[in-house]
Amino acid sequence: MADLQAAESINRTINRQRWILTGLAAALIAVFVLSLALGSVRIPLGDVLRVLAGGEAGKDSWTSIVLKFRLPKALTALLAGAALAVSGLQMQTLFRNPLAGPYVLGISSGASLGVALVVLAGGGVGSVLLAGVSLLGDFGLAFAATLGAGLVMGVVLFVARWVDNSVTLLVLGLMFGYAVSAVVSLLLYFSIPERIHAYINWTFGSFSGVTWNQLKVFVPAVIIGLGIGFVVTKALNALLLGETYARSMGLNIRRARVWIIASTSILAGAVTAFCGPIGFIGIAVPHLCRSLLNSSDHRVLVPACGVMGGLVALITDLIAQVPGSTTVLPLSPVTALIGAPVVIWVILRQRNLRAGMSV
Amino acid sequence: MKEVIAQAIDLTIGYDLPQRSETVVAKGLNLDLRAGELVCLIGPNGVGKSTLLRTLAGMQPLLWGEIRLMGDDLHSLRVREIARRLSIVLTERVDAGLLTASALVGLGRYPYTGWAGRFSPKDEEIVRWAIDVVGAGALANRLAAELSDGERQKIMIARALAQEPALMLLDEPTAYLDLPRRVEIMGLLRQLAHSTGRSILLSTHDLDLALRTADLIWLMSPGGGLHVGAPEDLILNGAFQETFRSEGVTFDPTSGSFEIEARTNGRIAVEGDGLPAIWTRRALIRSGHTIAGENEPAPARVDVIAENGNVRWRVRSGGEVKEYRTVREMISDLRRRAAS
Repeated sequence: MADLQAAESINRTINRQRWILTGLAAALIAVFVLSLALGSVRIPLGDVLRVLAGGEAGKDSWTSIVLKFRLPKALTALLAGAALAVSGLQMQTLFRNPLAGPYVLGISSGASLGVALVVLAGGGVGSVLLAGVSLLGDFGLAFAATLGAGLVMGVVLFVARWVDNSVTLLVLGLMFGYAVSAVVSLLLYFSIPERIHAYINWTFGSFSGVTWNQLKVFVPAVIIGLGIGFVVTKALNALLLGETYARSMGLNIRRARVWIIASTSILAGAVTAFCGPIGFIGIAVPHLCRSLLNSSDHRVLVPACGVMGGLVALITDLIAQVPGSTTVLPLSPVTALIGAPVVIWVILRQRNLRAGMSV
Repeated sequence: MKEVIAQAIDLTIGYDLPQRSETVVAKGLNLDLRAGELVCLIGPNGVGKSTLLRTLAGMQPLLWGEIRLMGDDLHSLRVREIARRLSIVLTERVDAGLLTASALVGLGRYPYTGWAGRFSPKDEEIVRWAIDVVGAGALANRLAAELSDGERQKIMIARALAQEPALMLLDEPTAYLDLPRRVEIMGLLRQLAHSTGRSILLSTHDLDLALRTADLIWLMSPGGGLHVGAPEDLILNGAFQETFRSEGVTFDPTSGSFEIEARTNGRIAVEGDGLPAIWTRRALIRSGHTIAGENEPAPARVDVIAENGNVRWRVRSGGEVKEYRTVREMISDLRRRAAS
């Protein structure tokens, strides 16, 4: 009897998780289509769907708005959200720290240094970089950011192979972040206002600057990062019990750590390079997913974070557009302003932050 | 003799930290762990029990010698292969987050599943068996974070079992538990060793319990010596008393437990039988008396009188006779008299 009840209860849990995942996916599709329809110009849903099916909208300008602007932006938001959420989940589990996120390893700091050097430094290194960057056309800033993020990623991966303790990595990442911020501050201090403004604009983050051309790089990068993310799912589950148990169950810690960090670096690096440093999603979405699914099992958390991350990114972007007006709010403040209260509410209601993410 | 599962040959354990000189904890250890045996590793605090366990588990490098696990050099095996032969339960409380007990036990299948961690029917069956065999069937769907310490410990043991190891190493598995739970867990481990033919080595501070449950004791003494034997052998040859000798506490080989040395309140004779007499003797020992043997002269005498389910204590001392209705009254009066 007890066995039967147990089996039934497990089935119920699995069914519930399936329903939640399906519901999230449906919501994702709906919001995706909605984000193509809403904006400074409202396009009827029927026209949007016709354009997506390869047809023409009622007005030529509508077709062009959807295909040239809204579709790449929505795709970017979807993938960036998924990337940030999955990499945040990986970092929280790897470091067993609920406050960890995609940027703990200093990847966004590296990217911002790259961008700061290009945007802020007038002469010397900056001009050389700028000359190279201008050759790349619309890849300019993204290229500089990738260079910076890649440099940090290289250093972190190199160190990860030698360090025994993940916490050491965490501290190194933090220190690296501080050092880089200091350099950026110095660059800001000696810069002219226009350049400072350009740099600040980048730090606000945006999904709208990404062109179809850039998506040719961004999409494969995110898919590779998410692919590795799925492969390390089993290792992440083993890490739930801490590194000692994980090793005792046959996990090669150093190798697993290198792959997890590689996945996070690619995901967070790609997003920062093309969209700027977007906060909140990477830290909050994993908590939302744990609360919603009432589980720490990465076999459901990784897909859930992917879908939920995309959904949250699309919604915040929709709100930042202030539909029906021509005003566009900066993205990062919006994600934090809308997101923080939501997370606080979920956590206070469920009281399982600590249980879900052991410290 | 049963099959040898693990073997330590001329083993030196300790720490070899960079920027510090090598610290040897024990050396020249030759040890066997056999199938179906429960071995308890005991010894005073700081003697190196954890170091020995960690070294045997391959979690800490050895300084010299060799560890063979089912015939192979431990350090030549891949982590996955080690995980199929050896599993551990650590002292630290794990915080498994939002995992159900059965999902936590399922993590023990790690070295057997493919890259995606998908379970075969056999994996499912072993997880169920492991949960049942530790008597935790009712806990399977509870969240690990909501379990009591004793329940969680059972689940951690089930997880270690799910690895289907030949050898299980447990570092103080009873550390956070109350006494009944300790007895339960130790009994469970002994039964597991005997019924599943696994070799189980655990470290513990519960000397009394270790003496009563272990098939074999590894007794580590300060200075790195290690005595191996049946619990009774180690008491009869004095190794136990020697290792745990310290000021104020002595091991009493007749009772098999530790006593506080404070017998200054004189000899006293006890007359009577059954449970009341047994507990009267214990109370008198606790309050610092020595119990006189039969026909041994004693300045004081207690008659334990049991009538109609009531117990009275009549104490004769120095020509005075007094009766008490509780042990507490009797003891406090005796103490007052001894003080004056």
